[in-house]
Amino acid sequence: MPNLYRHILAWLDERFGTGSVEEFLRHKTVPQHRHSIWYFFGGMTLFLFVVQVLTGILLLLYYRPTPNDAYESVQYIVTQVRFGWLIRSVHSWSANLMVFTAFVHMFSVYFLKAYRKPRELTWITGMLLLFITMGFGFSGYLLPWNTLAFFATKVGTEMAGAVPFVGKWMLTFLRGGEEVTGATLTRFFGFHIAVLPGLATTLLAIHLLLVQHLGMSVPPGVERAIAEGREQARSMPFFPNFLLRDIIGWYAALGVLGALAAIFPWELGAKADPFTSAPAGIRPEWYFLFMFQALKLLPPKILFLEGEFAGLLGFSLAAAVWVVVPFLDHRAGFGRVTRFFTGLGVFVLGFMGVMSLLALR
Amino acid sequence: MNDANQAAYGQTDPGRRWVNLLLGSGLVASIATFLYPAIRYIIPTEVAESTSRSVVAAKVTELKLNTGKIFKFGSKPALLIHSVAGDWKAFSAVCTHLNCTVQYRADRHDIWCACHNGVYDLSGRNVSGPPPRPLEEFEAHVQGEDVVVTRNA
Repeated sequence: MPNLYRHILAWLDERFGTGSVEEFLRHKTVPQHRHSIWYFFGGMTLFLFVVQVLTGILLLLYYRPTPNDAYESVQYIVTQVRFGWLIRSVHSWSANLMVFTAFVHMFSVYFLKAYRKPRELTWITGMLLLFITMGFGFSGYLLPWNTLAFFATKVGTEMAGAVPFVGKWMLTFLRGGEEVTGATLTRFFGFHIAVLPGLATTLLAIHLLLVQHLGMSVPPGVERAIAEGREQARSMPFFPNFLLRDIIGWYAALGVLGALAAIFPWELGAKADPFTSAPAGIRPEWYFLFMFQALKLLPPKILFLEGEFAGLLGFSLAAAVWVVVPFLDHRAGFGRVTRFFTGLGVFVLGFMGVMSLLALR
Repeated sequence: MNDANQAAYGQTDPGRRWVNLLLGSGLVASIATFLYPAIRYIIPTEVAESTSRSVVAAKVTELKLNTGKIFKFGSKPALLIHSVAGDWKAFSAVCTHLNCTVQYRADRHDIWCACHNGVYDLSGRNVSGPPPRPLEEFEAHVQGEDVVVTRNA
């Protein structure tokens, strides 16, 4: 058997040059230090993405994206299809966990300054992937066509309409008309299963190539300790040592997903009716809560701007600054930690936390 | 001729520059013609607003005092209220903040949007929360057994 295996490898190497990949894997190492635990969250997010793709494909076998059928087809999946409840709940839970691990990954990279030179592009592709993940969440939320989703989509797309000049165009583009209707559902379905997966896969490939090419970043503190001889530079082989640890984490995640889906199955709610009032207690998914709460607290007018537009402008500017932070914090490129940027991170994390808690009250 | 020579030739020879310009602008124009239909395709055709200026919103017997009802006015939801005093009032039910559908609150005698806690009084004025403008008011009157709501021209 090993002989046949070696034969196949040699055959592939002759045609693809796979030997260089093998060679690369043999030498790839992962640094070991007191912050190493954070290295696992990117891989975990990737694993949950794969779970999303697989369960998403399974849901596609029964889901029907029209306003008359969508709700009923999800109802059919969770009540009639064998293990449909499991697949649908795992898809919803995994989506939420994926957003969570993506945020943990992003903040850990931020605080450990892993975005600094030469990893600027890794950071930017990562941020774009995070936005796409939120787009997945927003578009997927509507697909069961229930009341909560209907009004969340109305509010979310209406915010796009507040953008000057192109707002009306964007709103019509997103909704497929002036109102949230079946046309919106069809569009969101297309975004959710074709446009976003295509974008995500492409960006993911670039992101992972960059990670492989540049290797893992060592935090400035550890780097200094090693340079000053206070700490020994340690590392472990990526294959198989680090990968096996990754896989243990993924295996545990599968167990957690199954347990969550079985103990807390995802609710379906009531079917959307465009001619009812928004129900009390309406709120978006938890990862949009901080924006939702901030918009709720803003007065109707701020200086000469409408409140919602001012809020949207604030969030857009903050997001833009966040994306280009590797270029603003150029001192980090020399391994120096700037208090301001650490403080900014603490402020952003605190703002998101406090606003989310206020919204849950 | 090597690559460097060829590039220099392309830059200096006036005939070559003309050909590049013509080919280039032709290419750009053709790409524009490919994209134009796609962009037009993305934006849906506008559906003509329903021209009906009045609608039967409810039967008089349907709404008790101090209750409200959402009804369909054209393509949008509207709110009919039978107030404590016995008046009939009608408003657009589309919250002026972010487009949610408002409801009548019997316990507080006001109009409330659950999405972001916006409150309007029974004249449709935005009294608290984020809404920037009052609700559009319609005329409601009783015609026999029906409550008819009319949009002001």
